[in-house]
Amino acid sequence: MTEEVIFAGFGGQGVLSMGKILAYAGMMEGKEVCWMPSYGPEMRGGTANCNVIVSDEPIVSPIISSYDTVVALNQPSLDKFESKVKKGGTLIYETSTITVPPTRKDINIIPISANQAAIELNNQKVFNMIVLGAFLAVRKTITDEGVEKGLKKALPERHHKLIPLNMTAFQKGKEFAK
Amino acid sequence: MNEHLIKEENLVYKKPSTLLDVSMHYCPGCGHGTVHKTLMEVVEELGIESNTIGVAPVGCSVFAYNYMNIDMQQAPHGRACAIATGIRRVMPDKYVFTYQGDGDLAAIGTGETMHAASRGENFFTIFINNGIYGMTSGQMAPTTLEGMKTTTCPRGRDVKTMGYPLYLGPILAQLPGVAYVTRQAVDSVAHVRNLKKAMLKAFEYQKQKLGFCLIEVVSNCPSNLKMTAVQANEFVRNTMIPNYPLGDIKTPEGK
Amino acid sequence: MGEIRLMKGNEALAESMIRSGCDAYFGYPITPQSEVLEYLSNEDPMKRTGMVVLQAESEVAAINMVHGAGGCGKRVMTTSSSPGISLMQEAISYMASAEVPCLIANVMRGGPGLGTIQPSQGDYFQATKGGGHGDYHLIVLAPSTVQEMVNHVRDGFELAEKYRTPVFILADGAIGQMMEKVELFDQIPRKTDAELPQEWATTGRGSRKMRNFITSLNIQPEKMEVINHHLQEKYRTIEKNETRFETYKIEDADYIFTGFGLGARICKKAADMAREKGFKVGVIRPITLYPFPTAVYQKYAGKLKGILDVEMNSGQMVEDVRLAVGDKTRVEFYGRMGGMIPAPDEILEHFEKIFIK
Repeated sequence: MTEEVIFAGFGGQGVLSMGKILAYAGMMEGKEVCWMPSYGPEMRGGTANCNVIVSDEPIVSPIISSYDTVVALNQPSLDKFESKVKKGGTLIYETSTITVPPTRKDINIIPISANQAAIELNNQKVFNMIVLGAFLAVRKTITDEGVEKGLKKALPERHHKLIPLNMTAFQKGKEFAK
Repeated sequence: MNEHLIKEENLVYKKPSTLLDVSMHYCPGCGHGTVHKTLMEVVEELGIESNTIGVAPVGCSVFAYNYMNIDMQQAPHGRACAIATGIRRVMPDKYVFTYQGDGDLAAIGTGETMHAASRGENFFTIFINNGIYGMTSGQMAPTTLEGMKTTTCPRGRDVKTMGYPLYLGPILAQLPGVAYVTRQAVDSVAHVRNLKKAMLKAFEYQKQKLGFCLIEVVSNCPSNLKMTAVQANEFVRNTMIPNYPLGDIKTPEGK
Repeated sequence: MGEIRLMKGNEALAESMIRSGCDAYFGYPITPQSEVLEYLSNEDPMKRTGMVVLQAESEVAAINMVHGAGGCGKRVMTTSSSPGISLMQEAISYMASAEVPCLIANVMRGGPGLGTIQPSQGDYFQATKGGGHGDYHLIVLAPSTVQEMVNHVRDGFELAEKYRTPVFILADGAIGQMMEKVELFDQIPRKTDAELPQEWATTGRGSRKMRNFITSLNIQPEKMEVINHHLQEKYRTIEKNETRFETYKIEDADYIFTGFGLGARICKKAADMAREKGFKVGVIRPITLYPFPTAVYQKYAGKLKGILDVEMNSGQMVEDVRLAVGDKTRVEFYGRMGGMIPAPDEILEHFEKIFIK
């Protein structure tokens, strides 16, 4: 099993940490992982993305040409990465920020409303965990237990009290894939 | 020759054991020899030759390590205070000093000097101010006085186009990390005695870890000033010292 | 098995520095390597091992602090990125000449000039051909994984001390910024004062009768030539003993993709893709860029149909590859510049265009 995914959106949506949690979760399940951020003077409101590779095999190249899954959380990200989904791959996109939806017919397209779900949970900060839930429900790369272990590794100890809330958000995200 | 007179009891002067028994390359009448000797006398008297590390600059005193029998490093031009920082930080129990000229310290090395001083690094700097570049043969230094002639200001330093002399000692004295700033000279025996006292203090302050110390030494350059040794010392007395008055600029007591 | 962690390349390098028994780090912030100084500052290595960490006022000051501390026989390191490394070149030349051991890492970004903060391999010439003035070389290690960022720090210190020379780690912004799983080795104790090299280091004279001094100056040309001969002999020994490389699927290969650092990993992926299409492609990855692994290229050149050299620059290492193989095989180049990273399918496309058609 190898999953090559890119999470892309606005800075401040938790794109980079979503990727990190996935990488930590993969590591906790004994898999090979690689997390590669776009880095630079990006700030809140700018664009940000990260590639994550989770694999049972050693990871050859952290640079990839096309993805098993693209998770697009704003319009520029969708416009940039829709063409990069492998044939038969998955494209997950956020409906509240993307007004021109994807058009490809040869991939599996999953619209989600993670923003709305976050509002329902009264916590905008768990937006990325909802997205991660949706992603892992479709691409069953990591178990729920692995995600919880990954959260423990990724979050500093003083934030561990937030793990139950994050897992609730994660479960809510999984419902989108149903 | 009265060889029979050369006996221990007849000696009026002895080279400190911390100076190596080689002849120096400095020009006759140059102040470097006197400053080297005074510094090594102090090291010998304090008995710290086995735990003192010196840093030589680029300039005439680049060869200081050929004369002083203490461990030394020779720094890239202007970087002595950074080298000394590196040494002192990993050898916190050793005595460390830099020995720099006006070009090395106050032109190319101003940044390193200011920041080492500002951090309050526990070493001291001997700053030879002779108002001219010696090793490269007499060009304008940051300390060259207004109107003074050098090969790169042959009609005299015009402050309108060449800038003013830089008084780094008083500037460094403003910094809280600096414990001691003094200006001394080597044109007379009395002044050399004062210099020695200043050096003793600088070692003592370093031992107490009081912070950065600067000993500016107003000196000469007979060759490039085109003067005899005597004339060069008169120049120091009559022209340099009135512009660079001697004495303590900052002391730990008056901090 | 050592402790396993998921770490950014820059952080892994910093952690490895502490564990390697490093005595002091002097650095100045510059993207994309600022995490090194940040990680060290946060770890408080003075408390962990007694290691000094100091933020200098410039790269010029940082490298000269390295000179001072390295001259005392201590394990010392600095890191920077391309423009900052340019500023350090004068002191690196001094240290090569005065034989002061130290470790320097360049987490390269795109140039020339202020350029971009995105990853690049544009400083290959600077790192391998000298960089500063005069005739000298540094041992240059090129990590391609975060794990190698860890290993090369430990190995780099050992090489620096073995040969009394500055050693260089040539990474790039992507390796500095990406996270991978790493296995960390256990803490190596810092050297005691008694272990410092009394035969040359400025430790304070102690019980020695004569001083030690560190200098790169010898104004008499006859003596300066002797020093040069000594350095050159040392470089020949290094070339003989320390050349390192890795090969991938090379035994049956008709073609070789070659590159260093991150570029080599992208080459491996491209080689796998080429093999899926039926082309027998292998990869040679130099691990030491100086000394360059000339012999491995020479060994295979005769039976190859061609070599495609891939770099994140305009073609720098390819000159060494061409020098190695001469006219024994065709050598072509593909590169991206200014912070762009070549993708595996680009490499494959280029390969098919020039070698297959």
